[in-house]
Amino acid sequence: MTTPDTAAVDFDVIVVGAGIGGCVTAYQLARAGHDVLVVERGPQPGAKNLSGGILYCRVMEQIWPDFVRQAPVERVITRNRLCFLNAGSHVTVDYHDERLASPVNAVSVLRARLDPWLAGQCEKAGATVMPGVLVDSLLTEDNRIAGIRAGGDELRARVVVAADGVNSFLCRNAGIREREPARNLALGVKSVISLPRQVIEERFGLTGDEGVAYAVVGDCTDGLGGGGFLYTNRESVSAGIVVRLDELARSAASSSDLHDRFLSHPAITPLLRDGEPVEYGCHLIAEGGKAMVHDLTRPGLVVVGDAAGLSLNTGFTVRGMDLAAGSGIAAATTIHAALSAGDTSPLALAGYPAELDRCFAGLDMKTFARAPRFLENPRLYGAYGQLAADVLHGIYDLDTTPRRRLLATGLRALRHSPVTMRQVAADVVAAVRSL
Amino acid sequence: MLDIGTVPERLARNRYALAETSHIEVDQEAVRSAGAATLLVRICPAHVYSQAPDGSLVVQHAACLECGACLAFAPPGSLRWHYPQGGTGILYREG
Repeated sequence: MTTPDTAAVDFDVIVVGAGIGGCVTAYQLARAGHDVLVVERGPQPGAKNLSGGILYCRVMEQIWPDFVRQAPVERVITRNRLCFLNAGSHVTVDYHDERLASPVNAVSVLRARLDPWLAGQCEKAGATVMPGVLVDSLLTEDNRIAGIRAGGDELRARVVVAADGVNSFLCRNAGIREREPARNLALGVKSVISLPRQVIEERFGLTGDEGVAYAVVGDCTDGLGGGGFLYTNRESVSAGIVVRLDELARSAASSSDLHDRFLSHPAITPLLRDGEPVEYGCHLIAEGGKAMVHDLTRPGLVVVGDAAGLSLNTGFTVRGMDLAAGSGIAAATTIHAALSAGDTSPLALAGYPAELDRCFAGLDMKTFARAPRFLENPRLYGAYGQLAADVLHGIYDLDTTPRRRLLATGLRALRHSPVTMRQVAADVVAAVRSL
Repeated sequence: MLDIGTVPERLARNRYALAETSHIEVDQEAVRSAGAATLLVRICPAHVYSQAPDGSLVVQHAACLECGACLAFAPPGSLRWHYPQGGTGILYREG
């Protein structure tokens, strides 16, 4: 009698998707001596991948100790700007810190450049990378996932890793994940605007490889739940919007108009002046937080990265790539132990969710489990930005009438705002509990 | 100044490998009865969907950026949407 661990297999592990989660998993398993296949639907890794945020890269240094110097990253993010945008005003918190450069904490990346490097690392470690192949479905035999079907071929493995992104058709078609409610998803629409290196450095006040990342809320999404983002690459700026799908459905807005509106906003467009648009793209984002992270294993299957619902918006930081890497480490640890013990039974792979929960990725998802609901508060996308500008207007607009002290100025702005004192108090409590 | 151009102009700057067959199939009756056409038209960032004068949904699959937003919205049964065959579709050069 053959058990799955002695049955004929083509590979020890088949990883579907050569993004960050897939490559981190594949690289570590290949380096540990396992026979690994990475299947990617793009004609080269990265061709289908798009990011709208920066990569918090300390986790990458756990895998590639010299990641920042060796991988094709764009700029080291030492400057974070949080911006409340109103129609005719904006209030920005500008945080620069040289400590963010040593050690490097975050970098901007262009996925069409980063992902081929990651896949190349997998190949160097001994994995086989097969691009240009769309996996049609999971292969199920004897009540376990036994491999994949692609283009009429069947390939068998002891373990399959679904790293096929936020839409994960593998999990959906196998009945592992159901259609996600619209409130748990957001749509990102982005342009990459080419600008000379020197212009970027002068315009944003950057030195050398330093970069800046903006998180913007308010008028950029016309008050809808979501926000704008902008960050510097070496010789381009990535800028766009993210809007929650349920909000978009309820409104009358078009997603491309929201993107255009942000890029032509008087607070944003000077940053992009004389730039040349080189690429327009979009991507879905898992915004459901911890509630979206479920069904991470099945007999013979492990799910990582976006496919596992791993992304996190805390209002300040928008994360996905680092969590994908964290899940890749947890998956590789579990799979390596199972393969080494000759036991890839459901029980052996069931340790993966616990492994994930022990690492920073799982712990952070838990810490910020309430963040998605907090960020549904409509006051964040209009009233609070205006209130902040009104308080500052009261401070700076010296119109020769007698001044009031700060507290009186603030209370006056609050009285003229649609927000009530009770709401402010409730929102502060909710923020403290959620963020 | 910044001229980002129209959506078709932007898509013309993107790189695609055209698939022989469409990866999007519409059940016109299901879309019509759910009144979903205008929603699909405005949520797709690539303007893949447009409405013909008779109200039916026209699909330009070659423009698709493969995000899946339309699928997340489409009433059950109205849209068959899968990734295009391996190696085809949008090819990001920046990402």
